[in-house]
Amino acid sequence: MPTGRTLFEKIWEEHAIEASGEQTLLYIDLHLVHEVTSPQAFESLRLNGRGVRRPERTLATADHNVPTDPISTPVSDPVSRRQLEALEENCEEFGITVFPRGHENQGIVHVIGPELGVTQPGMTIVCGDSHTSTHGAFGALAFGIGTSEVEHVLATQTLPQQKAKSMAVTLEGSLRPGVSAKDIALAIVSTLGTGGGAGHVIEYRGDAIRDLSMEGRMTVCNMSIEAGARAGLVAVDDTTIEYLRSRPSVPKGDEFETAAERWRTFVSDDDATFDDEVVLRAEDIVPSITWGTNPAQVVSLDGVIPSPEGIVDPDERSTTERSLAYMGLTPGTPVRSIPIDVVFIGSCTNSRIEDLRVAASLAQGHRVAEGVRALVVPGSHRVKRQAEAEGLDQIFLDAGFEWREPGCSMCLGMNPDQLGAEKRCASTSNRNFEGRQGRGGRTHLVSPAVAAASAIMGRFASPEELS
Amino acid sequence: MKPVRVVEGRAVPLERSDVDTDQIIPSDWLKRVERTGFGRGLFSEWRDDPDFVLNRPDFVGASVLVAGPRFGIGSSREHAVWALMDYGFEAVIAPSFGDIFVNNSSKQGLVIVVLALADVEELSKLIKDDPSRLVVVDVDRQLVEVPEAGFQRHFEIDPMTRERLLNGWDDIGLTLLREPAITAFEATEQAPSLEGIFDDAGHVR
Repeated sequence: MPTGRTLFEKIWEEHAIEASGEQTLLYIDLHLVHEVTSPQAFESLRLNGRGVRRPERTLATADHNVPTDPISTPVSDPVSRRQLEALEENCEEFGITVFPRGHENQGIVHVIGPELGVTQPGMTIVCGDSHTSTHGAFGALAFGIGTSEVEHVLATQTLPQQKAKSMAVTLEGSLRPGVSAKDIALAIVSTLGTGGGAGHVIEYRGDAIRDLSMEGRMTVCNMSIEAGARAGLVAVDDTTIEYLRSRPSVPKGDEFETAAERWRTFVSDDDATFDDEVVLRAEDIVPSITWGTNPAQVVSLDGVIPSPEGIVDPDERSTTERSLAYMGLTPGTPVRSIPIDVVFIGSCTNSRIEDLRVAASLAQGHRVAEGVRALVVPGSHRVKRQAEAEGLDQIFLDAGFEWREPGCSMCLGMNPDQLGAEKRCASTSNRNFEGRQGRGGRTHLVSPAVAAASAIMGRFASPEELS
Repeated sequence: MKPVRVVEGRAVPLERSDVDTDQIIPSDWLKRVERTGFGRGLFSEWRDDPDFVLNRPDFVGASVLVAGPRFGIGSSREHAVWALMDYGFEAVIAPSFGDIFVNNSSKQGLVIVVLALADVEELSKLIKDDPSRLVVVDVDRQLVEVPEAGFQRHFEIDPMTRERLLNGWDDIGLTLLREPAITAFEATEQAPSLEGIFDDAGHVR
């Protein structure tokens, strides 16, 4: 009796050109490009006399390096400026559509793909960025690649790949009030560990995933790589179709309905089997933060900083000690008592309109605590314009938040938005690695709601604490 | 890329787990448009510490890095591989690796060796006891050896990666040989392209 196929298998088989040994040559429908991981790839194409096979399947934007100062301010760092210029020159030379700094469609690559509707169900999507997993929220197989693979896709529109294993991560039941998609992501990374998803494509399933908006699903898929998985997937449903309807790049009218009918086939069959299965109960998930220097080091907002005492595994024990020392934390300290210096609301994890609405609703009528710097960095110009049309910018400004231009910003500090040494940051981004937001900086990953509440309280806090 | 059959040299024990690519090469270094010169940025935030293992005179000039579990997780930056190779490393041995890092390494000819945790720990100890010991990573025979100490372990490597390392094959060149199959696939492609969606200035038409 034939068994059903997973969503992953359906997309894989539809894009397999031919297999040789363990490797399959996979066709790539959409290649997203940004300034950081592409210049060496374009240079290599030139050196080898190769062109871009399908410029119309390639789309570029500036995001990692762009300052978030007003667009009229020049890029002061000459190295960043050169890289941003190189992207524009390369795209012009090879006939690729590019959104430079300040362009109406510019923004973080994983924000603009979905909002423009270029990210569509059933596609294979790659980008020289590990958070490409974000696009999996649409039932697309999307994964990050390195610069050599960027060059490979530019030249051939294909990638030789080994087929990953499949993993189902199922969230049964419903989330409790006040628990967000970011808390789901942190719970999953904490459960699987930083390597638990390695070699796998994760499909997120269950009622609590179905109940999420597309923004929420993107947040969950975004952090698949933090659990070691190159790609995360959510099956297509009405929420997916309704998000895509009226996006600029999707077909219109009857053609949309025809496309939607095909998109709806991108679900796992009922009798499909996965190589691994993990089940979490949604009601067990609580508002959480990371306390350490890898994203699996998660603790409840109601909890205390963990202790290395009693950890048997010597490697885990030394990792815990190292993380505590870097983070400047004492075991047993209640999370809510820890003061913060900076709040960053942004990144490809949490910079979409829904994230900004949540943060603004909490900021309204309050003030950022004295001594705290709080930045709000919308994910794209489209998000920024939408937020401004809703008056969110004014709410943030009135409350003492900075309202900035779009980009990756302080998620990785490639632009001037950097976290100072020993400064403690409540960040809605995805990585708390040592030095990630700036040399010596101390990053705690949180949801937009916790970030906004913490900005106002000057310490880690939840929305209920705001009177 | 250059063919790699055997890597032979001294080794450095980096006894840390979860060494992510932000640690291997911090993002400040990613602004460059060149592919060379990243060796100076390798582990740059740790190299300020005079006790950091790479700063110890015993380990200068080593060509094999022995690391803890989950080496190279995180960001997709191939710059991590360029930094390791520019510094002089030709092979990395660890119990597990980040998936994208492994892919990137295979494109550049950096040999990735997975050994069991206990074997990696034994190897680390051998090097710490005597940093001058020669470590051999033989891609052809799929062996890691410390001849002087009688240490020999087999490692798995997928046949395609092994062939490419041994022959120094250019991936793109290999794929372009399959051009007719790609063209045939494109004749039946399902997903729409971006054709006609944006004007020359990138605005939605």
